[in-house]
Amino acid sequence: MDNDTSPTVAPQATLDSSELVGRGNREGNRLFKEWYGRVSSGPERGEKAAYVFVMGSAAELLESFGFNLVLPEINGLQTAVRHVAEDYIDQAEGYGYATDVCGYVKADVGMQLRGGEHPMGRIPPPDLALQTNVCNTYIKWGEIWERLYHIPVVTLDIPGSRAAGRLPGRGHVDYENDLAYVRGQVDELVEVCEQVSGRRFDQDRLVQAMTYANSMTRDWVRVLELNKSRPAVFNAVTDGTVYLGAVNALRGRVEGADYFRDVVEELEYKAARGLGTPFEERHRLAFVGVPCYPIYRKFSEMFTQHGGIFVGSSYTWFASGGWSTGYEYDLAHPLDSLAEGLLVTGRVAMDTMFHVDRVLADLTEPYGIDGIVFHAIKSCRTVSSGLADSRRAVLEQADVNALLLDSDHMDPRVVAEAGMRNRVDAFFEGLETRRLLAGARS
Amino acid sequence: MTYAAGVDVGSTQTKAVIIDEHLRIAGRALIDTGSNVTLAAERAYELALRDGDIDEEKDGVGYVIGTGYGRFRVTFGDAQTTEISCHARGAVQMFPGTRTVLDMGGQDTKAIKVNERGEVLDFAMNDKCAAGTGRFLGAAASALELPLDDLGPTALRSVKPVRISTTCTVFAESEILAWLAKGKRDEDVLLGVHQSVASRALGLLRRVGIEEEVTFTGGVARNVGMVQVVSDMLGFPVNCGEDSHFMGALGASLFAMDRIVAQHAPARV
Repeated sequence: MDNDTSPTVAPQATLDSSELVGRGNREGNRLFKEWYGRVSSGPERGEKAAYVFVMGSAAELLESFGFNLVLPEINGLQTAVRHVAEDYIDQAEGYGYATDVCGYVKADVGMQLRGGEHPMGRIPPPDLALQTNVCNTYIKWGEIWERLYHIPVVTLDIPGSRAAGRLPGRGHVDYENDLAYVRGQVDELVEVCEQVSGRRFDQDRLVQAMTYANSMTRDWVRVLELNKSRPAVFNAVTDGTVYLGAVNALRGRVEGADYFRDVVEELEYKAARGLGTPFEERHRLAFVGVPCYPIYRKFSEMFTQHGGIFVGSSYTWFASGGWSTGYEYDLAHPLDSLAEGLLVTGRVAMDTMFHVDRVLADLTEPYGIDGIVFHAIKSCRTVSSGLADSRRAVLEQADVNALLLDSDHMDPRVVAEAGMRNRVDAFFEGLETRRLLAGARS
Repeated sequence: MTYAAGVDVGSTQTKAVIIDEHLRIAGRALIDTGSNVTLAAERAYELALRDGDIDEEKDGVGYVIGTGYGRFRVTFGDAQTTEISCHARGAVQMFPGTRTVLDMGGQDTKAIKVNERGEVLDFAMNDKCAAGTGRFLGAAASALELPLDDLGPTALRSVKPVRISTTCTVFAESEILAWLAKGKRDEDVLLGVHQSVASRALGLLRRVGIEEEVTFTGGVARNVGMVQVVSDMLGFPVNCGEDSHFMGALGASLFAMDRIVAQHAPARV
């Protein structure tokens, strides 16, 4: 086994601006394709596939057993971005799934019915599936694979935070009970991994993966923090989605640690020189929800054409699995710490979905937010139905404009582009008015 | 005399308003949008010029702003502004005490919170569904084989309205027919329809916060029954005038006049 658990050493040669600026996107896309290639060709090498989700993936543990991670949510959004989601969704609906079922689920069902055929490669069927209760659809989704493939499906039950933003911490009786509860489940997960992989648990390999993960976490926190810069050094919706791909697909791997070290280097370079995104920054925005992938490019342009740059996004919190909090593993106690990581990040992911108003209040001032865009999606009424209330709560707490859009992250049949554009245009007219008023007051 | 124009190309009807430098309406026109949006905008504009006896070449219309869904098809216009901002501006111009605007059009209903200058502070709209919009009333008119203009007066004759439970515009027609089959009177069914639409509109108004005065704009503001039902549900009368359905075009013309005054654009003549 390779005992070197540090990310590789950064090259000392000085890069010029053209090499550095945009490197995160270029490399992110390259690594992402490489990852899909590895996943697709895994069965040829006798490697096994573990289906996991962006929240609660326990990637480090699965990595230590040699599983290739398959992320069905990412598979789903890729079909939407490539404008083929409707084909997959139609197939799943023809099979019997209702129009109200999450588009991610139906895209996956469509893909399974096609034997793994996917725009990014041929996705292998699962040998193991792991999910948490962080999203209630995960649980039903796992049952589909269980029925289709008769594989072990492990569900980790993560206790919620009870009161968002007021997490009881270490030493508190509730916290310790919750931690022990998750810790017990981790032991059960290890047993299942041993059975499916045919390998014994190897603590050294887990520690190695955790070391890379800790490095990624530190850099991910730094990446998010760097967008306090003016102008913002990246667009949290578009560039952020590229970064999120790496956060999830490369977690616990040296490529992931190296990648985020480089992203930090790029963004620090930009911040130091006042370099922003390619678009004029007139309004600093926060985004809540999942992007509108069926019209991904146009959706982004609706904002950038008005000078609206997303400097923060709840997506970068919950879709990074809650690692935005910066929780780092205690390498001296890897399994205990894995359990604590699942508990802490699972809670944060839930809070950023269900109590987003409280989280946004913390974002607004430090990041200089002018406006907040809430994107409710038909696929997930669990999360979306509370957004109108969250919007109202945020408006009571912060001096910002807020926009509520309602479409979907997957299903183009419920994306009304003209109506959405109308709302976005009006939102910016309001922001411009606010700017004029502020100018008049000053 | 300097003139400015606003052309509001809606999903159902196209409105044009021309104002003079005293911000008085000099000409107005209203036509069905039809399938050729660009042509509808041109026709409405020409009719408004004619209505105001304005010779574009001689008198000069300094700036034209397009609004509504077809605003980008107002090819002769100088700029575009959303109807949300335009209705807000027009409503405050016509009723200076306005703090909340209810704009009910053919396929959209909007609740808009405004300040004393007619600037938009917040807004909410119906989502991807025509429930609570003029289209819902259109479905009722079709089922009852009544002209749209008769809906309001007929509804106001009712003393025992039925309860329309569906929020789907397509299914509404079936529900209306079911009530009629049970022997319910036209006016009772229609008042039920108006109450159903109004309750959706009130939901939107509550999302932005209802602050008096409330001004009712858009094509449905021409429906006396809807004005009455909305007022009843709010518990106070809403502002509504003869030109309420021209509010978007009026607002656009006011923004156009701003541009002229600010000399952001050279006058055309």
